[in-house]
Amino acid sequence: MSDFVNNFWSNYIAAGTVLSILGCMLLLWLTARKRVPSDADNTTGHVWDEDLREANNPLPMWWIGLFVLTIFFAVGYLVVFPGLGSFSGQANWSTRSEYEEDVAKATKALAPVYASYASMPMEDIAREPKAMAIGERLFMNNCSQCHGSDARGSKGFPNLTDKDWLHGGAPEKIVETITKGRVGVMPPMAVAVGSQDDVKNLANYVLSLSGAPHDSVRAGLGKSKFTVCAACHGIGGVGNQAVGAPNLSDKIWLHGYGEAAIMQMVNAGKHNEMPAQEGRLTEAQIKLLASYVWGFSNPATGP
Amino acid sequence: MDSSAPVSASAPAGPGARKIIPIAAAESESVGLYEASKKIYPRTVRGMFARWRWAMVFLTQLVFYGLPWAQWGERQLVLFDLAARRFYIFGLVLYPQDLIYLSGLLVVSALALFLFTAVAGRLWCGYACPQTVYTEIFMWVEHRIEGNRTARMRLDAESMSLEKLVKKWFKHLVWIGIAMWTGFTFVGYFTPIRELGMAFLQTRMGSWEVFWVFFYGFATYGNAGFMREQVCKYMCPYARFQSAMFDRDTLIVTYDPKRGEPRAPRRKGIDPRSMALGDCIDCGLCVQVCPTGIDIRKGLQYECIGCGLCVDACDTVMQKMAYAPRLIRYDTQNGMEAGWTRRQLVRRVLRPRVLVYTAILSLLVLGLLASLVTRTPLKVDVVRDRASLARIVEGGRLENVYRLQIMNATEEARDYRIAAHGIEGLSVSPDERITIGPAQSRWVAVRLQVPYGAVPAGSHTVHFDIREERGGIQVSEKAAFLVPR
Repeated sequence: MSDFVNNFWSNYIAAGTVLSILGCMLLLWLTARKRVPSDADNTTGHVWDEDLREANNPLPMWWIGLFVLTIFFAVGYLVVFPGLGSFSGQANWSTRSEYEEDVAKATKALAPVYASYASMPMEDIAREPKAMAIGERLFMNNCSQCHGSDARGSKGFPNLTDKDWLHGGAPEKIVETITKGRVGVMPPMAVAVGSQDDVKNLANYVLSLSGAPHDSVRAGLGKSKFTVCAACHGIGGVGNQAVGAPNLSDKIWLHGYGEAAIMQMVNAGKHNEMPAQEGRLTEAQIKLLASYVWGFSNPATGP
Repeated sequence: MDSSAPVSASAPAGPGARKIIPIAAAESESVGLYEASKKIYPRTVRGMFARWRWAMVFLTQLVFYGLPWAQWGERQLVLFDLAARRFYIFGLVLYPQDLIYLSGLLVVSALALFLFTAVAGRLWCGYACPQTVYTEIFMWVEHRIEGNRTARMRLDAESMSLEKLVKKWFKHLVWIGIAMWTGFTFVGYFTPIRELGMAFLQTRMGSWEVFWVFFYGFATYGNAGFMREQVCKYMCPYARFQSAMFDRDTLIVTYDPKRGEPRAPRRKGIDPRSMALGDCIDCGLCVQVCPTGIDIRKGLQYECIGCGLCVDACDTVMQKMAYAPRLIRYDTQNGMEAGWTRRQLVRRVLRPRVLVYTAILSLLVLGLLASLVTRTPLKVDVVRDRASLARIVEGGRLENVYRLQIMNATEEARDYRIAAHGIEGLSVSPDERITIGPAQSRWVAVRLQVPYGAVPAGSHTVHFDIREERGGIQVSEKAAFLVPR
């Protein structure tokens, strides 16, 4: 609770606070003792602007009592809570400790809810409307920022509702992805491929893998260059979930579609990261979340 | 400067000196800036205004204590469910988005206050203000238990005895009972009162409910039992700005000095004119009955809450003396000075200020009612997805994602269908029916698609049309569809 760079400002604020309280006390004491002259017509004898006279309109005594109470309150408050410079108060209260207490309280209150899903298979959890309502909230708070509110992702952020998985779509795999995070690395391959013309040929070959419009002459020339890519993307470009290499033979283009986008990837490479959530979410939360995400690509078939 | 010196003595002489009005230097005494407040023992009074006050006490408290118990179908007729953020008033279900009605209500209340004050002074203070009403109830209890004004003054002056102890304890017990019931009722507007009562009997009331019952109960006990007129005199701002609403044609409780002065006691049956006396017999009853302890014969004062009890008191005396009533009466300053008849007074009521207030007030009330009657029990908020601007999906379509908050302001589950228009070839996905429970709201992710390349890059205005399937109610909300370059 000390955001001050040196003690001077802490002392300055503490002194200002204490002096203000003392000043209030002094003011109260002086005004309570002060006597003013009062004429028979209940005015103070003070006249200004020719004929305006000041009436004596005393405040009730309890008014002072209220002020004294506020001073007692202020002193008590400053002893218990932080307020006097960097003094942290007797109760050792801070916004952080309050936040942590609240989190602990909420976690404890929610524990039985999560416990009921602990032994449940994730496939069944995904069919549980109550669990899915929790899953939706978790997703909105933790995942939608990248993957979108409808989990369909956008350029660079995978769509979670289709059957195409970079690292595998089994429930356990999703848990692993959420817990540990994922790093997707596509190294710059231009040097290994050759000239820019070679890269262009290669891009056309990659387009041909999914049957996308392409220049077949260039594709034919680029085919031999694909061997350097096949190490990760596999022969035929079907991808490899063990290293997170995308399937190039389907119609899903995570980092952009078309010749220019593919050339850009080959030339510059890409470092894509899904951050690990294990420090932020509990195991139980991750299990619910993974079940929720699994449910997107495995919708319940009607009874 | 010695402020106690007579001003006339220190006035500068000579040409160009400003004119100073000399003030007679009466014997000056020294007083403090604060004073111990003197307890006021208002005398009970009978008469027309006292009856009106009691009528208002019954009316306001019948509403306040009774309303939370009234049911509307399955639920409480009036319930402000803060936790769930729904206000239920008769058939209405209000959402936080309906805050405009509260603003409207507050503006109407303020204007009504201006209007009534301009016409007839502080009617609110004298008859309907909770401070007045609860003070009246508490004083009635006090009068029942401790006796009339003189008996109460005697009781307070005498030393502690068993009788005094019993009376005082009993009084406070009844006061606390009323205060706690008031606190309980107050909380009953925010938590279903029947459940609250059950929770109380089983001692499982929530800690915030307990707090507010006690807080509001304590406030009632303190304000109506002890603070009373002190609240009006030192805390309430109304008295301080009443001068902005009063004019010389405002009806105020006023004493007629032309008829009353010079005042003096006299025996009954003596013609005051023969002794060069006015009608006021200086009995002081008007002061004794005043709940704020002022002497109305000194003219209009900011402490006067316009309750008219002094009118009742004076009329009784006038009747006993066989004089004409209404020495103290509701009258205007103009009327008092010119000796206007009732008809002349009433004519001045319809002055521009009052007409303008009335016109604005009626317009606002009508507008508010019309808007309530024509209110659609369906609200929709459209929020563009913050994560993705736009994306191209399979089939060569360009997609934007939105979250729609659909709020069902009826008390039955309803089905809604979402459509959109605004761009050629616009389609909505998923094209499904959405069911929202009674008085519930839900966020739904909705995607809009157009064929890629069909619309130029930039932001395009689209409209979501949310139609309720059975009732046919429809809400249209504007949104932006982004097409990247």
